[in-house]
Amino acid sequence: MSSQTLHVWSAILFVAALAVAGEVLIAAGMRQLGDLDDIRAHSGILGAIRAVLTNAKFVVGALCMAFNFFAMLFALSIADLSLAAPAIASLTYIGNAIAAKLFLHERVDHRRWLATAFVAIGVLLLAH
Amino acid sequence: MKHTLKPSQYAVLIAIMLTASVGDSLLSRGMEQVGHVDLHHLGLLWHALFNPFVDAGIVLLIGFFACYTTALSWADLTFLMPATAFGYVVIALLGRFWLHEQLSPSRWAGIALIVCAVGFVAGGPSRTEHHELDQMDAGVGR
Repeated sequence: MSSQTLHVWSAILFVAALAVAGEVLIAAGMRQLGDLDDIRAHSGILGAIRAVLTNAKFVVGALCMAFNFFAMLFALSIADLSLAAPAIASLTYIGNAIAAKLFLHERVDHRRWLATAFVAIGVLLLAH
Repeated sequence: MKHTLKPSQYAVLIAIMLTASVGDSLLSRGMEQVGHVDLHHLGLLWHALFNPFVDAGIVLLIGFFACYTTALSWADLTFLMPATAFGYVVIALLGRFWLHEQLSPSRWAGIALIVCAVGFVAGGPSRTEHHELDQMDAGVGR
């Protein structure tokens, strides 16, 4: 493997890992808060926005996503768009499913594993 | 165990599919006009802010983030993933029927796989129930 290839794949893995961290943290934060509709019914739309923005997991997750956005720009500047974009999307979907099972304790049954695999392959195929 | 979604929650799912895909398309259309941005030409990002396609894309992606966050408050991450992926199908079909682009067999296969994935997940529950979390929810007072 050439150092250029290694460079590109490290960037792709890094961007995907940031996306997974961001999405899982945001999901954990929102699960902690509970249904936003209920919060809005109880304390209004501003109350719901305040509840979200003061949730530590949500804020750290959103920062990961913002950082992910810039890391993605960087990754796309060193890698081909047609390689990097679908590779990052695919790895993010697979990483999300694994992380959701491990950290969010979601019940990822065979239907969801199958869906995850189909989405990951489908996204790769769509890019060509 | 099985959750039935309210019509407003289906509306949020559809908004996620549409805002993500159309927002991304607008952003890439705008960035094509702005030009190549790399670490040595970050100033171009400032110019990008004055491009109407980029602006519209940013507004839609903020809308996407709000919808996605809302959906995560009542659905699992692994339930939502095929919904976000369906946005790619929307983009491909928009290109096919609106811009009359040709779709290769492998892209049709990609569309079919993602549609199947949505079908698998839509047949199951939207949320994993956790006993201790239900108690926490009850404490919040619903």
